[in-house]
Amino acid sequence: MQKVKNTAEPLIQPRLSPSGLRNYWALFGKDVRRDKHLYILLAPYMVLFLLFTVLPVVISIIFSFTHFNMLEMPRWIGWENYSKLLWNDDVFLIGVKNTLIFSVVTGPVSYIACFLFAWLINELNPKLRAFMTLIFFAPSISGNVFFIWQIIFSSDSYGIINGFLMQLGVIYEPIQWLQDPKYMLGIIMLVQLWLSLGTSFLAFIAGLQTVDKTLYEAGAVDGVKNRWQELWFITLPSMRPQLMFGAVIQITASLAVADVAMALAGFPSVQYGAHTIVTHLVDYGTIRFEMGYASAIATVLFVMMLGSNLIVQKLLKRVGE
Amino acid sequence: MKLAIRLNKKVNRSWQVDALLFLALAGFGSFMAIPLIYVINNAFKPLDELFIFPPTLFVRNATLENFANLFQVMKNSWVPFSRYIFNTVFITAAGTAGHILLASAAAYPLAKHRFRGSKVLFTVVVLSLMFSPHVTAIPNYMIMSALGWMDTYQAVIVPAFAYPLGLYLMKQFMEQIPDALLEAAKIDGASEYRIFWQVVMPLVKPAWLTLLILMMQMLWGTDGGSFIYSEQLKTLHYAMGQIIQGGIARAGVGAAVAVIMMTVPIVTFILSQSNVIQTMASSGMKD
Repeated sequence: MQKVKNTAEPLIQPRLSPSGLRNYWALFGKDVRRDKHLYILLAPYMVLFLLFTVLPVVISIIFSFTHFNMLEMPRWIGWENYSKLLWNDDVFLIGVKNTLIFSVVTGPVSYIACFLFAWLINELNPKLRAFMTLIFFAPSISGNVFFIWQIIFSSDSYGIINGFLMQLGVIYEPIQWLQDPKYMLGIIMLVQLWLSLGTSFLAFIAGLQTVDKTLYEAGAVDGVKNRWQELWFITLPSMRPQLMFGAVIQITASLAVADVAMALAGFPSVQYGAHTIVTHLVDYGTIRFEMGYASAIATVLFVMMLGSNLIVQKLLKRVGE
Repeated sequence: MKLAIRLNKKVNRSWQVDALLFLALAGFGSFMAIPLIYVINNAFKPLDELFIFPPTLFVRNATLENFANLFQVMKNSWVPFSRYIFNTVFITAAGTAGHILLASAAAYPLAKHRFRGSKVLFTVVVLSLMFSPHVTAIPNYMIMSALGWMDTYQAVIVPAFAYPLGLYLMKQFMEQIPDALLEAAKIDGASEYRIFWQVVMPLVKPAWLTLLILMMQMLWGTDGGSFIYSEQLKTLHYAMGQIIQGGIARAGVGAAVAVIMMTVPIVTFILSQSNVIQTMASSGMKD
């Protein structure tokens, strides 16, 4: 009851007055007690999610401001890692350049390919549709079978491409496909595209099957003339949620190219021809053990992924307008 | 009458464009399929056929020699090949089962209830779809070593329980369950746990199968990351890497392992395809 004196204050900040705050917490406690079964269901997943996904991101951001080599205690150095990374690390810039080339080419191409193939497959009869879905989806689920491209582009005459070209008489000596920086990037992009019809491809196929069929009829009445107009004015806007989801998955994957590059071109690749941000991260993180520096690389990558996702989501809102 | 005819009429589609589009589909389809066909054929090629010049795509005299050799090659190694198979199967089964259970348990309250913190938690999960595991690889290594989980199965299995994609898809799918059904169960006196287990879970079978495919494919292809060192704990993917390192002489055996590796996820996908598509239909992100 002594708190009556404070009645003037709640007008300004109702929640921060002691009694208001107490009420807030009392209400909060009541809510939590009422929903405790929900929290119990949620807890096991969330604990592991925080421990293995959120906490690592936080740790990574903190370490990016330190000098840390796993032997000595981390030492706070402020923005030094970032300034070294952005202004004094030529190899990182090669990595950034390659990553951007990858993501600008493979990102949109695979995104559009995912949609285009899903759209074409959707017009087939159900049996053929199931078969084609399998054909396009198989590379991305068959895991590490992409090593087969290493044999296809093998640098001796047993490589399928070399053998084929030599037989045709286009070349007389085998080309060192995966050792020559001239070809390396292109081949990795090709393999990346081969692998990229995955989760978002399935999401698009599924999305297409749920578009309301009556919309097409209504569209025909309203003067939609051909399939392209149908696509732009009816199909795409109906699938906007799936398009968003697909974009997130594709952008993230295309900025994180590394496994294919390391498997095909070797690590480090000749003249850093296939070096990417992630291979740079692997280099500092697991070979040189400069954890602070590696964390700065990871943070830059994280910011790039978030930024490009936000931009693309803004663009996608305009589809069909 | 006139209106009915117009409604049934399909939008104008020229057959020339049709032909062109399906030609493109066939062309890209073979680009997707040829490497897989090549690897399957290689697995059945006898040694002399692997070294023919010019190289051939299809096998002429199919043989099972490579598969037999696979076990022969691995017999000389310290760890029997069956151990790698066991490790991979164990990691895949445990990781996938745990993920489906925990992700569904967490998805149900997020999809069907509003409570303090539910929005924030889900937003964090959606944000975490936006970065690749590479970003967190190093801190994860430190967390594993702090937990004392280095060189154990759980270092690979337990983090798999909490991948964000599974929770996300499961939540989107569960949102379609009618509220009336859950309320009816509640009136009949069922607890939240019973509603989750006996009402919701049987209804979301297509979603489980999708998580099964995605997780299984991921864990089946894992090499144990940077967490597993002991030879007897390593996975099939690691063994495959070792065999492929052997170079051209082992090309046939390598192809045989690859065929074993890819068969399992592909067969699982074929068996669950229609359910998977049903789940992905609800995958969308609202703006």
